[in-house]
Formats: sequence, structure tokens, C-alpha cells
Amino acid sequence: MIENLDLSLVNWSRAQFALTAMYHWIFVPLTLGLAYIMAFMETMYYKTGDEHWKRTTKFWQTLFGVNFAIGVATGLILEFEFGTNWSNYSWFVGDIFGAPLAIEGIMAFFMESTFIAVMFFGWNKVSKKFHLISTWLVALGANLSALWILVANAWMQYPAGMHFNPDTARNEMVNFWEVLFSPVAINKFLHTITSGYVLAAIFVIGVSAWFLIKKREIKMAKHSIIIAATFGLLSSLFLAFTGDGSAYQVAQKQPMKLAAMEGLYKGQEGAGLVAIGALTPGKEYDDNKEPFIFKIEIPKMLSLLGYRSTDAFVPGINDIVEGGYAYTDANGEPQIALSAEQKMARGKIAIQALADYTAASDEGNSEMMEYHKAILQENFAYFGYGYLNNPKSIIPNVPLTFYSFRVMVALGFLFIGFFALILFMALKNRIRQYNWLLWISVLMVPLAYIASQAGWIVAEVGRQPWVIQDILPTVAAVSRIDAGAVQVTFILFAVIFTALLIAEVSIMIKQIKIGPK
Amino acid sequence: MIDTTYIFLQHYWWFIVSLLGALLVFLLFVQGGQTLIYTLGKTNDERTMLINSLGRKWEYTFTTLVTFGGAFFASFPLFYSTSFGGAYWVWMAILFCFIIQAISYEYRSKPNNVLGKRTFETFLFINGLVGTILLGTAVATFFTGSMFSVDKMNLTNLSNPIISSWETPWHGLEAALNLHNLSLGLAVFFLARVLALQYFINMVDDISISTRARKQMWFNAIPFVVLFLVFAIWLMLRDGFAVNPDTSMVYMEPYKYFKNLIEMPALLVMLLLGVVLVLFGIYKSMLTGSIKGVWYTGIGTVATVLALLLVAGYNNTAYYPSTFDLQSSLTIFNSSSSKFTLTVMSYVSIMVPFVVAYIWYAWKSINNKKIDAEEMQNESHKY
Repeated sequence: MIENLDLSLVNWSRAQFALTAMYHWIFVPLTLGLAYIMAFMETMYYKTGDEHWKRTTKFWQTLFGVNFAIGVATGLILEFEFGTNWSNYSWFVGDIFGAPLAIEGIMAFFMESTFIAVMFFGWNKVSKKFHLISTWLVALGANLSALWILVANAWMQYPAGMHFNPDTARNEMVNFWEVLFSPVAINKFLHTITSGYVLAAIFVIGVSAWFLIKKREIKMAKHSIIIAATFGLLSSLFLAFTGDGSAYQVAQKQPMKLAAMEGLYKGQEGAGLVAIGALTPGKEYDDNKEPFIFKIEIPKMLSLLGYRSTDAFVPGINDIVEGGYAYTDANGEPQIALSAEQKMARGKIAIQALADYTAASDEGNSEMMEYHKAILQENFAYFGYGYLNNPKSIIPNVPLTFYSFRVMVALGFLFIGFFALILFMALKNRIRQYNWLLWISVLMVPLAYIASQAGWIVAEVGRQPWVIQDILPTVAAVSRIDAGAVQVTFILFAVIFTALLIAEVSIMIKQIKIGPK
Repeated sequence: MIDTTYIFLQHYWWFIVSLLGALLVFLLFVQGGQTLIYTLGKTNDERTMLINSLGRKWEYTFTTLVTFGGAFFASFPLFYSTSFGGAYWVWMAILFCFIIQAISYEYRSKPNNVLGKRTFETFLFINGLVGTILLGTAVATFFTGSMFSVDKMNLTNLSNPIISSWETPWHGLEAALNLHNLSLGLAVFFLARVLALQYFINMVDDISISTRARKQMWFNAIPFVVLFLVFAIWLMLRDGFAVNPDTSMVYMEPYKYFKNLIEMPALLVMLLLGVVLVLFGIYKSMLTGSIKGVWYTGIGTVATVLALLLVAGYNNTAYYPSTFDLQSSLTIFNSSSSKFTLTVMSYVSIMVPFVVAYIWYAWKSINNKKIDAEEMQNESHKY
């Protein structure tokens, strides 16, 4: 079956997309949060007329500009890679997926680029009020663009508001609001942008702490720390809240991802949440190895988080592959889960029904068209399984998902404590007494980036093998090109992105050292 | 049953995509300007003025490119799937040209930029040279065709479910070897430079730069006009990719694009008016002391490109033809999004005038002063 399709093509295509997305996500979260922090600082300038605030705002804006440019560059590549590397995907779901990208361009990117120009070049040319509004619009534009791309991503995790049209052989949108306001989309948007706010807050605290260590720009640094710590504390609490919402959505919509996040092979009622644990290396779903070398669990917590009930059954990897457990579907109806084999069989029935429908359509046989269409619709929920040939292929990379999840959550909670401590110390005006605390603040910056990347690894590795959950696997989504071609572009991207990252970091450090002008 | 609303929406979206494409070609003056920094700027200060005058506009070109891509994806996803996934090397080359542009303005003059000022200037030059030629070449394939096939029923082939394939191993690079394509690619390159010269004449208040720019007009406007005429006359004479509206079969029709202009006189008028405006603007910049040439040539460019792109898609024409398998050719009917999606997108397009209005307002607010040496001294955010 799919073995005819070059698996290395799929893997290289995934690698290239992952590379671009991860590089893109180095720059975007800072943009999302720093825009608001700057806007708040400029508001202080507008209200007080104190030149100190203007100087502070302009300093952070310089860093914003350096960071923004490279986010733009990587973002362009992401948009076009849907076409260049995932051409089948582009047709199969382009009717739904294209719209958010276009809306993003029209609504958000022009807003960002127009008002960034006013923000950078307008200081002495437009009124203070217009300048302030422009800075706020930059923040709004950045967050709006995040909205649309995250709606698109959420839709891939939970395809809503669409149906399959056998005449065009693709999925078509039937309800825009279901796409935009799907619970997964709302959660994903809020969770992701607040993660950006947290990262930006830590960045601002870290840079400000460095100034305090160097005994420079004391006033600016202290003010920046108070603003960033307040913003960060509120954001990190909200982040935990939306993280809980995300986990609940994953449990409902992507149970395999949840099982991978927890390293849960055998499902159980009243499942505990692994707080700390080490997975057994080389564990496969069908061997008899213990999944964990050791683990410390919070009893019943996973059932509570995933199903809002301490006794709920959480299916494990084995259960999902083998089927046979009871669950409640999206309509509230009790169901018995199919095994992966059964889903694959039904997927093949759906795909064959599409072929038969088209043949009947070519013959003009409307009766047979209706017949095959009914079969297709009945089995469409498993369409993507038809392209798989091994039940095990529905299992994502468990260790990567499991550890990334733990890194993200642990750091997330650490950040809450960090913000609370920093805010308390800053408000008590004692922050400069503790040099170790200032150094910790600097060291927090890379941790924020790690947590942010880990979050996307959980979301994207955890949903494999799906591009569109249950509907289209990566193997059926790629473009028909040589794996060698993708290898070449992968290497070129890796080299150029890395070179630009090095330049960016170097410029950033220099600008920080120069300080506000 | 004919669904006239759907047909209208398909035409409407082809118009929007064409308009974005036309605006993009005009905005490529930024790219053109990037190839002229050292031709026009003999001192560091002069180069700084030139780069800063472009640096305040580059994001519009970039954003228009992104929006063009997004709008094309949303309205004609089969094009996105077939062309981007098939003509892989051309699109990748274009993308590389634009990555290196996006950071160059911001990083060029910053201390500790690792790669050095000249590297970023070289990036800008490559973007201006290769980016424009390749974009023009790629657009020319809308008239000359490419070697690909599309079979949606491949989805039901479990061993190879990919619907579009490119039928040459060159994956798009072959387009640059076709002389007709190349005539447009080079015409776009020289046009971008002409527009850039006119933009500098208008925007930069410096006598030695504008003197050099006016002189350079000769070396760029003449090749542009010649190349454009070659492309346009060739286009009028060549066979085109016509669609039979009853059977949807694609066939070759002599003088198809010429006939399209005759059958759609509004487009003929738009095209002629556009060409006249372009030439008038060039005349203004070359032979009079006017600084307003960029407006005439700019508006003329938008009108000309818009008319040409509409000719490629309207009047039962396949806008992305396949010379490998005529019936795989893409038309605005067989490659578009569903009626529902096009309708949703059309509501979104109502926002476009507001976007244009705020761009115009914001720019008027910060652009009322020309760029000169003094302003460069005082500017806090300088490239």
C-alpha cells in the first residue's frame, strides 16, 4: 500500500515543516507579548508626559523590531510550505484551511505592518495620541494574526464545520462559525497567545534584571520589572487555566494524544496523573514491558482533568489500538470503541466508496451514486485510517510527547511562582538586594523559550500520524516530489535560519548592552 | 443547472486575486530599488537615504505577497496544491529570495550583525534581481502552460494518493528556459527598476540622486518597453488555452488572448489605458522635470497587469494550463473553493477598502516630508 510512497519523503517533509515552525515560534511569542508591554509603557508616557516612559518604550521597541523582522521571514515560508510540501493536503482541506490564512493577511498583517511603520517612524510626525493608538494596533494586529493561524491549526486537530463533497473529492466548509468558535480553537488561541505573554514577560524581566546586575538604567529596569511581572503573573495563571481546558479538549477529541502525553498504555478508571516519571526505553505497545522505570502519580487526577470525573475511564494506547472500551461520543451517545484494524477497514470502505461513486457518476448512474455516497458518509469518520496499513502507526512518539508535556507543565508552574516572587520583591523594593534572584531572572529567559517550544511539540508530535485528525494522515498529505529535493531545501533552510538566528541574537545582545538612548 | 451566484463568485475572486497580483507587481518597485543602491548612491549617506526610503515600504510588498498567497489558497486551492507542490524549485527559489529580504533592512546597519553590512545589501540585491525575474517568469506560465497532471481520483489509490504531479524532473525551473516566459520575467525586472527610479525621484530630496535616477531611466525604460512589447505581441499571436463551456473540455485556440481582448472590450480599454499611462509616466520622468511620473506609471502598471491576468482567467480560458495534459488545466471553475467558502471570503473582502483607507491615512500622516540628509540625521529608527 503506502510502502510505494516514499516514507523518507514524508519524514523529510515533516522535518522541514517542523524546522520552519519551530524557528518561527522562536520569534512570534515575544512579538505577541512584548507588543502589549510596550503599549502599556507608552500609555504611561501618554498619561504622565514623563520622558522616562518614552525612552523606556523606545528601548523595548528596538528589541521588538529586531525580533519582528525574522518572524515575518519565517512566517512567509510556513504559509507557502502548505502548498510546496503538502499539496494533497492543500486540495483536500484547502476549502476550509485557506480562508483563515487569507483573512489573516487582510485583517491582521496589513494592520501590523502599517502601524509598525507609524510606531517606528512616527514619533516626531504624528500626535502622541495617534502614536499610542498605533502601538496598541500593532499589538492587536499581532494577536489577530495569531488568532487566524491558530484557528486553522485547531481545525486540523478537530475538524468542525465541514463535510466531504464526493463530487469535488475534498472537504468543504459548511459553517464558518463552527470553524472559528470550535472549543478547540478557542482554547488553543487563548492558551497559545498567553504563552507568548508569559515568554515576553520573562524576557523583559530577564533583560531588566541584567541592567540591575550591571547597576545601569535602574529606574527603567524596575518599572519594566513591575509591569512585566504583573502582566506575567496574570498571564501565567490564565495559561494554567487554558492549559486545563486544552487537556480536557485533547481527552475528548484526541484520546491517543492524551495517552501519549501520559505514557498510559493500559487504560483505567480513576487514572492518576504522572507528576514525575521515567519511561522504559524501547517500550512498544504490544510488549509486556512495564511502561515506567519509576513514576510518582497524583491519584485520579488524569480522569478528573480529562473527563471532569475522578472515576472516569481514561483509555490507554493499547485500548485505543485494540478498541472495545465504552465511551460517550460527541452527541452524548454511549459507544463501544472500534479497534484500529476496524477503523482501517472502514476507512478503506470509505475510500473505495468514493471511487465507486465517481465511477457511477461518470456513467451517469444516479441510483448507484446515491448508494455509494451513503456508504461513504457512513464510513467517512474513518477516511484517513484507510491510508494506514499498520494499527501501530496510529501511535505517536510517546517519549517525545511525554517528556515535552512534563517540561512544559513543570516550567509553567515554575513561572507562576517566579512571577509572584519577583512581583513581591519588586513592589517591596527589595529586588536589588538579592543578586542571585537577578541572575535567576536572566536564566529564566531560555527556560521560557524551552517551555514554549515544548508546548508545540506536545501539540504536533502528539497528534501524529494525522494532519487532519482521523481524516488525513501525513503519508497521504504530501507533495509528489523527490525526498532528495526536500532534503536539499531542508538543509538550505536550516543553514539560513540558523545564520539569521545567530545574527538576530547577536544584534539583540548588542542593543541590550547599548541600552536606551 | 447553472448556479449564477457561484459563477459570479468565481469571477469575483479571480478579480481579487488578479488585483492583488497587479498591486504586487507595482509594489515590486521596492525590489527594483534594491538593485539600484550602488548605481544611484555614491556615498554612504546617499545609500542610507535610498535604503531608508525603500525600508519604509518593503513590508507592504511583503504583506501583499503573503495576502496574495493566502487569497489564492482560499479561493483557488487547486492552484495552490498543483503549482506550489509541483513547480517546487521555482517557488522555493522565490521564497529564499524573500526570507533574506525580510531581515536585511532591520539588520543592515545594526552593530554586531555578524554577517556584515555588505552581506545584507547583497541579500537585498539578490531579492531584487532573482525575485522579480522568477515571479515574472512564474506568472508568464499562466499563458504558456506547464507540464503537470491532476487527477483527483488518485485519492482513492491507496498506494499513491497524491492528486497533482509535475511531469518534468525540473519542477518549475524549466519555465525559466522558455523565451516567452523569460521576456515577461525580464520585463518585470526592468519595470521594477523603472518604478524604483521614479519612486526615488519622487521621494528622496537630493539633487545628485535624482539626476542619476533620471539618467538611469534610459537604461531601464527602454529595455522594459522592448521586452514588454515582445511579450505582449507574442501573447496576441500565440494559441491560447480555451475551455468549451458546455463540455468543460480544454482545447487550443488560435489568437485566444487577442480574441479575449476583443470579446471583453472593457479589458482592452483597461490594458491600452494602462500601457499609455505607463509610457506617459516614463516620459514625465525622463524628459520633463516632473517628480510625479511614479504615479502615472504605477497606476498604469496596476491597470495593465490586472487586464492581463483577467484575460488569462475570464472568457472560458484556462488560467493555469497544462501542456502535458490539456484536460488537467486549471480554470476558475474547476479549481475554485466551494460556493460557501467563496461567499464567506467575499464578506471578508468588504474589509479591503477599510484596510486601504487606514494604510492611506497612516502613510499620509508620517510621509508628508521627503527623505533628505537632514531627516536621516534625526531619525531614531534608521536602517
